Amino acid sequence: MSELTISRRGLLAGSALLLASTALPTIGLAQTPKKGGRLVLAADSEPRNLNPAIVASNGVFFISSKIVETLAEASFDGKDGLQPRLALSWDGAADGLSVTFKLRDGVKWHDRKPFTSADVAFSALQIWKPLQNLGRTVFKDLEAVDTPDELTAIFKFAKPTPFQLIRNALPALSSVVPKHLYEVGKIEDNPANNAPVGTGPFKFAEYKAGQYYRLTRNDAYWGKDEPYLDEIVYQVLPDRTSAAAALEAEEIQLAAFSAVPLADLDRISKVPGLKVITKGYEGLTYQLVVEINHRRKELADLKVRQAIAHAIDKDFVVKTIFLGYAATATGPVPKNDPQFYTADVETYPFDVAKANALLDEAGYKRTDDGKRFSLKLLPAPYFNETKQFGDYLRQALAAIGIEAEIVNNDAAAHIKAIYTDHAFDLAVGPPVFRGDPAISTTILVQSGIPDGVPFSNQGGYKNAELDALIAKASETLDTSARTDLYKEFQKKVAADLPLINVAEWSFISVARDTVGNIANNPRWAVSNWADTYLAG
Amino acid sequence: MTRALRLFRRRLVGSIFVLLIVVIGSFLLLEAAPGDAVDAYIVSTGGDVGMIELLRHRWGLDQSELTRLANYLWALLHLDLGQSVTFSRPIRDVILERLPTTLILMGSATALSFGLGSALGIYAGARPGSFRDRFLSIGSLALYAVPGFWLGLVLIVIFAVDLRWLPIGGIETIASGKTGLARVADIATHLVLPVSALGFIYLALYLRMMRAGMAEAWRQDFVLAARARGLSRRRIVLAHVARNALLPLVTMLGLQSAQMLGGSVVIESVFAVPGLGRLAQKAVAARDTPLLLGIILVSAVLVVVINLLVDLAYAILDPRVGAGEASA
Repeated sequence: MSELTISRRGLLAGSALLLASTALPTIGLAQTPKKGGRLVLAADSEPRNLNPAIVASNGVFFISSKIVETLAEASFDGKDGLQPRLALSWDGAADGLSVTFKLRDGVKWHDRKPFTSADVAFSALQIWKPLQNLGRTVFKDLEAVDTPDELTAIFKFAKPTPFQLIRNALPALSSVVPKHLYEVGKIEDNPANNAPVGTGPFKFAEYKAGQYYRLTRNDAYWGKDEPYLDEIVYQVLPDRTSAAAALEAEEIQLAAFSAVPLADLDRISKVPGLKVITKGYEGLTYQLVVEINHRRKELADLKVRQAIAHAIDKDFVVKTIFLGYAATATGPVPKNDPQFYTADVETYPFDVAKANALLDEAGYKRTDDGKRFSLKLLPAPYFNETKQFGDYLRQALAAIGIEAEIVNNDAAAHIKAIYTDHAFDLAVGPPVFRGDPAISTTILVQSGIPDGVPFSNQGGYKNAELDALIAKASETLDTSARTDLYKEFQKKVAADLPLINVAEWSFISVARDTVGNIANNPRWAVSNWADTYLAG
Repeated sequence: MTRALRLFRRRLVGSIFVLLIVVIGSFLLLEAAPGDAVDAYIVSTGGDVGMIELLRHRWGLDQSELTRLANYLWALLHLDLGQSVTFSRPIRDVILERLPTTLILMGSATALSFGLGSALGIYAGARPGSFRDRFLSIGSLALYAVPGFWLGLVLIVIFAVDLRWLPIGGIETIASGKTGLARVADIATHLVLPVSALGFIYLALYLRMMRAGMAEAWRQDFVLAARARGLSRRRIVLAHVARNALLPLVTMLGLQSAQMLGGSVVIESVFAVPGLGRLAQKAVAARDTPLLLGIILVSAVLVVVINLLVDLAYAILDPRVGAGEASA
């Protein structure tokens, strides 16, 4: 499948036990699932709204996905990469105007009221479509949801909508919340947004700001014998070094989402009783991208963009900044995506001489002090790695005579500078690939997006051909034709470089050996953990 | 009216102006920072223009700066701190929830640094220039030079990870169900490391100040007089030399309270203590202006009250203070 796997295995080859536990997480250790126990894990952020139907983000899912379930979850081996949750089956009409969901029978909300198709209809029409950060795009043409009986929900679209897109959106965008709690008052002010009620294996118990979230077992859960755990406690540890210490001191048993910094992994993997796991995030791939402001005349020149691409040593970035826990990128779809990825695109091997030649050709000769022109470079502050790559990029650009001045901002200031004020020449960003290019990837290069939209093309790039291709793909219903269009999309992006994809990475978990059934789906950290257990 | 009360009244009037300037200044400063609460929010969610406009409207950010400042001050006049966008809760509640933690942390750390610092200062200052004086001076300076977060991490590694005597962080055991004395003991156990990390750093200040004050006092005539009266050395050290050196320490205590609030931001993060410092950090990152103003206001009130108490203590310790006002 991916280079991600290969490099990971290579890294861990020295430790046979580790390799076994990562490659075969479910049977790697001779443990039988055991009932009971409290799983304590590290949390580094406290989302202001815990309703995953409104805020489809990993920070919210990390906690809420155990409480509120989606129609389907991502799967390593299920059909189309999905496994059923609240929906048992999903079926798209050939005309792309409707999708029929058959729902699970006998499911109860945490307040013991029955779950029905009315809840699905309400969530889709009243929340996903008008309020959800991602649903507002994907479900924009959703017109009605018919509920012929309590266990059937038929989504009706005003315009033909690709079934493949809806399918790919299910794991992240389809959290169902109870209609009977949300139909009174304003949805945004509903108390259940901070104390969610769902159908999931765990119930929300309490939240102490700055300290912890506590979830307790849902005894009436629909999954047979599930969940195994009695309690899940998210301990808020704002300092990243303290997560590693808490693991060593056995105060927590799990640190997901790379709560333990990459630099500490080597040391911590040698601590007896702890394991480092790189699986379980395949569906949450982040892309390291150089965003380009095409309003700068130098950067509007394709030769200059090609020169910058040639100046970046992607292997070095993966090895030195990500310490091997990443893969080099070729284009806007990550290598580990099973449906859309194509390697058949223009590549830009690391070649400083060629980069210099391209810049000379473009007419930007070195002046007497060896410089061609200077740029403002804004690395996103959200990850250590984006900041470190900013420093690396500055050096890489210096080698080809481009002087980059780094401007550091905090998150709020960065997002305003790039996406509203366009006050940058180059920026380093970490967009997320969400299983389908139409969800949040094409927007990175498409033109005509209003100012202020975060994680979108705010670099003034305009390519009519590419826009037409994106528009065509968005209304192509046939799955293989649609997939081909997105392969064409990758080629065009790699050839014209509206942005430069450098690397792809995801997160790392560190857990005690006693934690079982870790990483058994591609979105494990944000899935429901009904089968996670603590061995005695 | 007593001297202390008069002092209190004068200080109170002055303090209100100070607080008003603090609030307006902080508001303008935060407004000058690029990005608003919605920018900070969409970092983790993304979203389209419609959603962003909706959020700006709901959070009142589509109004002008002046309108928002006026609204805030008007509400403040009614003792209403407003609503936090980060927590979707009244700011008063959010702050009151954290205030006790910060007060305990700061109070204990101050008591530790003041108590131990001045005690060691007396010990060192009793014989200026002796070996113990030099040892303590150098040792405390070394502690003072250590960054707070690093000291915190070292304490965690030694006492929580290696020895496992103390918890690595938090304010109490999670959902332990403890009440009464057991809970007090639990909180105390959790506070040992953060209080030590915060307290040890400022210890040097008190120690050095006490020692310097005493070294000075030894040369005064009243010490000579005390010696001539045949008082014991112990009595001279405690009742004459140390007492005279104590006054600047009390002043320092007032000044230190403000710094302690700043230092607790770092210590609260390292030890995952849910106090005001971390809340302030979060408010800045989230551009939650009313929340940050609330925190600043409460902190400013705290500092003003502490300094008021210091002044009162001063007046009691040193009869000369405020004597001028008695005749006015």
